[in-house]
Amino acid sequence: MWRLTWRNLAARKVRLVMSTLAIVLGVAFLAGVLTFSHGLSATFDSIVKGSTPDGVVRPASSSAFDDGMAGVNVATLSPADVRALDALPETAEVAGNVDGFGMSLLDTDGKLVGGQGAPTIVTSHHEIENVLGEPTMTLSTGEWPDQPGEVTLDARSARIAGYELGEEVDMIAPTGVLRRQATLVGTADFYGGGTAGATLLIMSVEGAQQTFLGGRDAFTGASLTAAPGVTQQQLADAAQAVLPADFKALTGDKVIEESEDAIGEFLDIISTFLLVFAVIAVVVGAFIIVNTFSILVAQRMRDLALLRALGASRRQVSRSVLLEALVMSLVACVVGVLVGWGLALGLAALFRFVGLDIASSALVLTPGTVLVSFAVGVAVTMVAAYVPARRAGRVSPVAAMRDDVQVRGTSLHRRTVIGAAFLVLGAAAAAYGVAGAPGNDAAWIGAGALVWVLTVAAISSVIGRPVLLGCRALFRRLFGTPGLLASENALRDPRRTGATASALMIGLALVSTIGVLAGSFSKSVTDVVDEEFTSDFLVVGSTYQPFSTRIGDEMAAVDGVGVVSRQQNVGVGDASITSESSLVNAVDDAFHQIYELDMVAGRQHLDGHEVIIDADVAADRGLGVGDPMTLDFRAGAPQEVTVVGIFEPTLLTNPVTTHLSVVEAAGIQRQDSSLSINVASGADVAAVHATLDEVVADLPLVSVQDKAELADSIRGQVNQLLYMVYGLLALAIVIAVIGIINTLGLSVIERTRELGLLRAVGLTRPQLRRMVTLESVTIAVLGAVLGLVLGLVFGALLRYALRDDLTSLALPVGQLTGFLVLAVVVGVLAAILPAVRASRLDVLKAIATE
Amino acid sequence: MGGMTTAMTGELGSETRPVAASAVDLTKVYGSGESEVRALDGVTLDLYAGEFTAVMGPSGSGKSTLMHCLAALDTPTSGEAVVAGTSLHRLRDRALTDLRRERIGFVFQAFNLVPTLTAQENILLSLSLSGRKPEPGWFDQVVDTIGLRSRLSHRPSELSGGQQQRVACARALVSRPSIVFADEPTGNLDSTSGAEVLSFLRRSVDDFGQTVVMVTHDPVAASYCDRVVFLADGRVVDELRQPDRETILARMAHLQDVALARAARLEDRVGDH
Repeated sequence: MWRLTWRNLAARKVRLVMSTLAIVLGVAFLAGVLTFSHGLSATFDSIVKGSTPDGVVRPASSSAFDDGMAGVNVATLSPADVRALDALPETAEVAGNVDGFGMSLLDTDGKLVGGQGAPTIVTSHHEIENVLGEPTMTLSTGEWPDQPGEVTLDARSARIAGYELGEEVDMIAPTGVLRRQATLVGTADFYGGGTAGATLLIMSVEGAQQTFLGGRDAFTGASLTAAPGVTQQQLADAAQAVLPADFKALTGDKVIEESEDAIGEFLDIISTFLLVFAVIAVVVGAFIIVNTFSILVAQRMRDLALLRALGASRRQVSRSVLLEALVMSLVACVVGVLVGWGLALGLAALFRFVGLDIASSALVLTPGTVLVSFAVGVAVTMVAAYVPARRAGRVSPVAAMRDDVQVRGTSLHRRTVIGAAFLVLGAAAAAYGVAGAPGNDAAWIGAGALVWVLTVAAISSVIGRPVLLGCRALFRRLFGTPGLLASENALRDPRRTGATASALMIGLALVSTIGVLAGSFSKSVTDVVDEEFTSDFLVVGSTYQPFSTRIGDEMAAVDGVGVVSRQQNVGVGDASITSESSLVNAVDDAFHQIYELDMVAGRQHLDGHEVIIDADVAADRGLGVGDPMTLDFRAGAPQEVTVVGIFEPTLLTNPVTTHLSVVEAAGIQRQDSSLSINVASGADVAAVHATLDEVVADLPLVSVQDKAELADSIRGQVNQLLYMVYGLLALAIVIAVIGIINTLGLSVIERTRELGLLRAVGLTRPQLRRMVTLESVTIAVLGAVLGLVLGLVFGALLRYALRDDLTSLALPVGQLTGFLVLAVVVGVLAAILPAVRASRLDVLKAIATE
Repeated sequence: MGGMTTAMTGELGSETRPVAASAVDLTKVYGSGESEVRALDGVTLDLYAGEFTAVMGPSGSGKSTLMHCLAALDTPTSGEAVVAGTSLHRLRDRALTDLRRERIGFVFQAFNLVPTLTAQENILLSLSLSGRKPEPGWFDQVVDTIGLRSRLSHRPSELSGGQQQRVACARALVSRPSIVFADEPTGNLDSTSGAEVLSFLRRSVDDFGQTVVMVTHDPVAASYCDRVVFLADGRVVDELRQPDRETILARMAHLQDVALARAARLEDRVGDH
C-alpha cells in the first residue's frame, strides 16, 4: 500500500501542491505567531534582567513599570538616606536615582518621538551593575552626561529624531519649564541590546533633579549592589532598616518578577490576539483540506474500486488515503514552519514600525513551536481527511466496471434536518445571551455564533441554493450561455460548491462582524460626544499622559475663555474600585458648571473628601449615599472619603470621581489629565480655538479638540487596531482564495472531456475562461453573501450585548457592499490559473480521453 | 489491388458534384525518430456535398486522425484541409473555433452532452455560444425528426443512450453546418438504438441535403452510406459507391488479408536476420 500511496502522491503533484498550500498557510501562521510571541517575551526578558540591580529602593506605594499616568509620587530620599545606605556593610555600591515621568523627546522637526506603545524612560545616570554583574547600560558613542545641560539618548531614538552628538536636543517636560534643551553627549543602550522600542533619556543626577524635583538635592529611589557574599534578601533587609517609612527596599529578583508579571500580561494579550487568528487560519484551511480530499477521492473512485476488486480491504483503501494525507501534512508542516519563521520576522518588522523593537536574535524556532505546529498541522489534516477516506473505503468493487461512478455521502436531506436542529440550538444560545444570561452574555452569543458558522458551513449547499439560482439568472442574462454553464457547474455538486464557499464565508463573517461593531462604535462615539460632552473644547495629552497645570493656567487667561475645568486621573489599588477601572477621576469645582451628570441618588457637587460613583460600582460594592469608602492611591497615602452621589455610567468621567483636593491631600503631584473649556458667551469660538492652539503650539503632547476632533481622535485609536484585525483576517481570505483555486483547478481536470466537447462545438477560449471565472465568482458570491448575512447578525447581536459601550447600532452598508465587491474580485482572481489551464486544454486530447 | 483501380475509375463520373470538404496530400506524423508514426501518409480525398460518406479501415488506419484534421480539431503536419471552401491552413484558434461553431457539426461515440444542460439547451448549445437563434421552424423540424419533443426539458442523465445520441445528432444539425462529422456514432449503442441514429443521419442527407461523414468500423453502419472510403496505414486504399453489407465485408476482409500478408513478410524478414 505504501508504494501505491507514494505513486498517487507523485502522480498528482499540482493538485497536491495546491491543497498542501492550505495547510502550509495555517501552520505557517501558527508557527509565526508562536515564534513571534516567544521573541517578544525573550526580548523583554533580557531587558528586564539586564537592567535590574541586586537591590532597588523606591517609594513604598509605587509599582514596577509605573508610567506616571496614575499620578506621580512626590516622596523623595535625602542625600543622608543614600549615605546611610552606602554605609551599610551589606552594600558594595549605592547610587541615588532620579526617575522622571511624562518627559518626551522631540525630533529635529519638533515632532514627538515615540509616544505610542513603548514608553519614554527618563532616568539619572548611575554605574550600578545588574543582577548578573554586568553593566545595566552600555555606551555606544560619546559619553555619559555629567552636567545639567547634557543628555544621553538611546541610539535608535537619536537616529530617528535625527540628532548628532553635540547638537541641542528638544524635550518636553511635564512640570516647570515645559520645553527644555540639552546637549546630546552620547548614545547608549540597555546591556541586553536594544530598548524594545522605548525611548531612553539619561541625564546627570543634577540635571534630573533640576528637571523633576525643582532643583532639590533629593532622589526618587536608589540602586544597590550587594557586597561579596551578601544575598539579595540580606541586602534588601539591611537597606529597609535604614530607609524612611515611605520607601521600601526590594530584591532584584522580586523586581524582575514584578516587571515580568506586568509585561507578561501585555504580552499575553498580544499573543492571544494573534493566536486567535492562527486558529481561524487553521480552521479555514481544514475546510479546504476536506474539500480537496473529497474531490481527489471522487476522481479516483474507479481506481479505488479496482483495488477493492483486486482484493484490497476497505480498511486498506481508507488507510491508503489517510497515508497520503499524512505524507502531505508532514511536507506541509516542514514548509509551513519555515514560512512561519519568515512571517515572525515580518511581524517583528511591522511592530518595529509602530515602535516595538524586537531583537531578531530572539526570533528563533524553539522545539516547542516546531512540535506544536507539526502536531496541529498533522492532526487537522488527518481529521479533515478522515471523512473522505472512509468514503473511499465504502466504494463497491463493482464500481470499477461501471462507467459512471457516483459516490453519495450523507443525503442532503438528512444533513439539512440535522443542520436545522443545530441552527435552532445556536439561535437558542444566542437568544439566551441576548436575553441576559447570567455571566458573560457576549460569550453565549459567541457560542451561538460558532454553532451557526459551523452549521451553515455544513449545509451551505442547501442554504446557499437561492444565491446560486440568483447568480444563474443574472449570469445567464448578462453572459449568455457561458454564464449559464458556469452557474450550472456551481449547482452540479452543491456540496463541493458549499464547502469551497464556506472557507470564504468564515473570513467574511468575521470581517463583517467587525465591520458592524466598528461602524457602531464610530456612531456611538459621535452620538455620545454630541450628547454628553457639553464643553466647547477638551484639552488632552496624547496617549492620555498628564501634563503640567501651567497649561490650564495659561488657557484660563485666554481672552474669550469662560470656564476651565481641570481633571486629573489618579491610580488606585485594584481593591478599592472595580477591576475594570483603576483610575479615579479627580475634578475641580468648575467641572459641575460644565457637565451635568445623570444622578440616580444624592448630589453631583463635590466638597472636600467626598466621591460620587456610578450605578455599576454602587451595585457591585453595595455602596449607597452616605457610605464611607477608602481611596487607596498607588502613588500616595490612602484617603477616607464619603459617597455623596450616584450617577448613571457615562463617558464623561470615571466610575469613581472625587475632588482634586483629595489628590493633593494624598501627596500626589498635581498635574492635569484633561481640561474642559467653555467659551464666554458672545466670544468667537473659532478665534478662541485658534488662541488655545497657540498656547500648546510648541507642545505636541497636548492638543485642543472640539467635538468633531474629539470624536475623530477616539475613532482614530480604534481604527489602528481595526486595520490590524482586517490585515490578519485577510489571511483567512487568502486561504479561502486558495481553496477556490484548488476546487476549480480540480474541477477543470475532472471535466476535461466536457470542456473539450464545448471547445469542439464552438466555445471560444475567451468564452471558456469566462465560464470558469463566472463559476469562481458564483462560489465567491455564495461565500460572501452567507458570510455577510452571518456577520451582520452576529455584529448586531454582539453590539446589543455590548450596548453599554456601543450605544448606537450602525450597519456600514457601504463597507459591506465593498466586501461583496471584494468577493467578486476574489472570485475573478481565483479563477485566473484554472481558467488559463482550461483554455490551454487540447481539444482533441480532451475528447479522446476515455 | 485490381478492385481499387475499378473503384477509382468508377468514381470519375461523380466528380461534377460540389465538394463540401477535401484533403490534399494530408500527412500527420506523431513523434519523431524511431517512435515516428505516420498516422496519415499523403491522403488526398474529396468529400461531396449532400452525400453520406463512411470512412472505414482497421484500427490504426488513420481514419480518426483524418476526421480530426478535416474537422479543425487537429492540425496536419503537412498538406491542406479545406472545409466549406476555407483552407484550415494557418487559421488561428479563434477562426478555427468560429468555423467549428458555424460550419461543422459533431457527433461523438460517447454522446458528449453537457450534463448540466437540458436536451433542448444541449441542442441549441453551439448556436447560443455565438448568440444565434435557430432558423424559424428548423429547430422544430429537427426535433420532430429525432422524435424527442416530449423529452426536451430532460437532462442527459434522464435519457437512454440512444436518446442521448439522437440529441447529439440534433445538436450537430440544428446550426445547419456545411458538414457533419460523426465518430463511431453507434459504437456505444445497442443495435436498435444504433439503427435509429443511422436512419436519422440518412434522412438528414436525403431530406435536408446535409453532408455527413462518418467514421466507423461497423459494416452495417457503413451500409447506410452513399460512399465508403477505405483507409489503411494512413492512405486511401479503396472506395465503394452505394455499397451493400456483403461488399463492404468482402473489402474489409481483403484489407485484413493484405495486412496479415504484410505482417507475415515482415516476420520473414526479421527471421532472415
